[in-house]
Amino acid sequence: MTDTLSSTRRGNLKIYLGYAAGVGKTYQMLQEAHELKNSGIDVVVGYFEPHGRKDTIALMEGLEAIPRRKIEYRGTSFEEMDTAAILRRHPQVCAVDEFAHTNVPGSERAKRWEDVQVLLDAGISVLTTMNVQHIESLNDQVWQIAGVRVRETVPDWVVKQADEVVMVDLPPEALLNRLKRGVVYAPEKAQAALQNFFKPSTLVVLREMALRQTAHELDLRQVTQEGSEALTLDQRRAAAEKTEELQPSDRILIYVTADPTTAMLIRRGRRVADYLRADCFAVAVLPDSDFHNLPAAQREALEKHLNFARNLHIETRILQGKDVAATLVGFARLHQITQIFLARAQRGPRVPLIGRSLVQKVVRLARDMQVTIVAERRRPSPKV
Amino acid sequence: MPEVLARPDPDQLLRRVQAEEEFHRRGRLKIFLGYAPGVGKSFRMFDEGRRRRERNHEDVVVGAIQPPVSPEVQDLLKKLEVIPLKVVEGVPMINVDAILRRRPQVCLIDGLAYDNPPSSAHAKRWQDVEQLLANGISVIGSVNLQFIEEFRDQVERITGREVSDTIPLSFVKMADEIEVVDAPPEMCLERGSPGVKEDLTTSQRKLSELREIALLLAADVVDHQLEIYLERQGIEPLWGVQERILVCVTPRMNANRMIESGRRNADRFHGELFVVYVNELDLSPADQKILESNLSLARKLNAQVHLLESEEPIHAIMEFARQHGITQIFIGHSSRESWWQRLWGGFVDKIIREAEGMDVRVFPN
Repeated sequence: MTDTLSSTRRGNLKIYLGYAAGVGKTYQMLQEAHELKNSGIDVVVGYFEPHGRKDTIALMEGLEAIPRRKIEYRGTSFEEMDTAAILRRHPQVCAVDEFAHTNVPGSERAKRWEDVQVLLDAGISVLTTMNVQHIESLNDQVWQIAGVRVRETVPDWVVKQADEVVMVDLPPEALLNRLKRGVVYAPEKAQAALQNFFKPSTLVVLREMALRQTAHELDLRQVTQEGSEALTLDQRRAAAEKTEELQPSDRILIYVTADPTTAMLIRRGRRVADYLRADCFAVAVLPDSDFHNLPAAQREALEKHLNFARNLHIETRILQGKDVAATLVGFARLHQITQIFLARAQRGPRVPLIGRSLVQKVVRLARDMQVTIVAERRRPSPKV
Repeated sequence: MPEVLARPDPDQLLRRVQAEEEFHRRGRLKIFLGYAPGVGKSFRMFDEGRRRRERNHEDVVVGAIQPPVSPEVQDLLKKLEVIPLKVVEGVPMINVDAILRRRPQVCLIDGLAYDNPPSSAHAKRWQDVEQLLANGISVIGSVNLQFIEEFRDQVERITGREVSDTIPLSFVKMADEIEVVDAPPEMCLERGSPGVKEDLTTSQRKLSELREIALLLAADVVDHQLEIYLERQGIEPLWGVQERILVCVTPRMNANRMIESGRRNADRFHGELFVVYVNELDLSPADQKILESNLSLARKLNAQVHLLESEEPIHAIMEFARQHGITQIFIGHSSRESWWQRLWGGFVDKIIREAEGMDVRVFPN
């Protein structure tokens, strides 16, 4: 985390968090830009996505917009935020729409949130917008709820860095009305949207997610702002305040393999660690010391998962040992791990009918710590 | 005593049908929830009234205005019909008779938490609102967190200010729609009443705590809405946004640590805590004592304690978990395992195998 010394120079980050397109994130962001401008602050709009929404476009009037940069990719011209131009202009505050956006290949940085980091580092404060479904650790849940794999994600630690997270709330019914009136999307796109993300039950769940996420972000900030003497809302609420203080902090170990369920395991582990304010490790176990003796596909998958964990700010280790369960549990004991995270037994040829799966072995060996077997989140099968 | 789990029966289905009819007869209640004065609730509420009138051509009247009225709100009020408050015994109250005679589709009530004078039909303004709803008039109202009875102490501890007129949480929770007006703390500091003189960080911290409570309350209301919606549509919920932790207690183990951990985890996740125990016959007095101490701790920590009656413990636990949208199951190692269990897997292995869609956390014994 940034220490106080550097954060005095770093710009502030404020996120307008919504739960769907059309709830009014951009509108509120631009309204704030106007308010700041009126109070004498130097504000520019670094990127703005009009989506053809009249009310929002009208709000651009009177605000200085930095022209976008054109980037050619495979014969098509794309427009991205011109980070270099914003740095040259160096305003006090810059409004940047769509924090989770992925830049077109050939851009200087892969993600817009990375561009925003550059602005913040240069001392420019940023107002930005995103939806709750773009938070990395919620990816599986969102997929389960909406049936959509959101590709443009922002790691949780990036959101955690924000000085402020404000929820832009609108009841689903009102949002659906907007959609039907054609305020959110053009008619043909609106029809498609109504079929998936914009189902009433999906919207209600996403909204609840956004409310809880915003509360969680507030909770985190109350702790970090006040340092060690700080108590969380729940701690204050809890009767046993004293015992709470004496509890050793949790340390979580996530077992990483080449199996595709690992990504989900990492997300869940990260999320739980954030809520419990626990340290988090991701550990792989190899049968022999040379990584390159693994089959190529397996090696690539494993590397991908370890990188994914690192991107979420999880410390990674590669251990060597023939007996996976014993190696894992040994490492856990050595590092005072309190909780081991495992995926449910994978269905496959290597699951023994008689004898023990890895889960069973770890559960039996690690009797001095907690073992969490993480659910595989699946889509509900369609009703006949 | 632990409650016994009930199954849906024909009476329940009948009640569901009646509830559905009632749902269509009653007016809808929408609440704008603020966490502090100055977040802009009134403006948002009257603006919605204006939009509904102009855009949807709904018949909208204003039933209560709350001072001080900002210039922006004043402008909005010019566009709306107002049925003024009547003053009885020096106390302003909404003119229920006049509103019922006028019979609008929607009535706007700025400030739901007011006490009526002793001589009136209802002691509280929210009961007047109930009457409007029962007569098919929809109500859009505004309220601040501190005026919700169940949060009063908590908010008073944070703000140091006392309030007297309140509304019950149950009234907020039955709202058909809730909207949080979530302005960041600085805005309230600018706009809010200048009465309190504190250093900026303290008041900012307090406001941030109030914001958190308001957001979580709104999330609970939304969760409740979802339940009702899914039930009315006959859809089985398959996902949990709110974490719900189920601690399984067996007679022969000391589950204190597991229950305490369940409480701590539920709090951290702002979730719910359940503790279940499957009834077993022929418990020794010693085991009975351990069980009692487990359950009494669970109740002390505000867990929802349920006793399940079943020949098949695992089946009963899984059924309970699915019905209650459990996301995490906490179980302990069984201390006595037979060779047969060791070979084929005991209670723990079976729970892990069965608990599809839920995390299972196994605790040391």
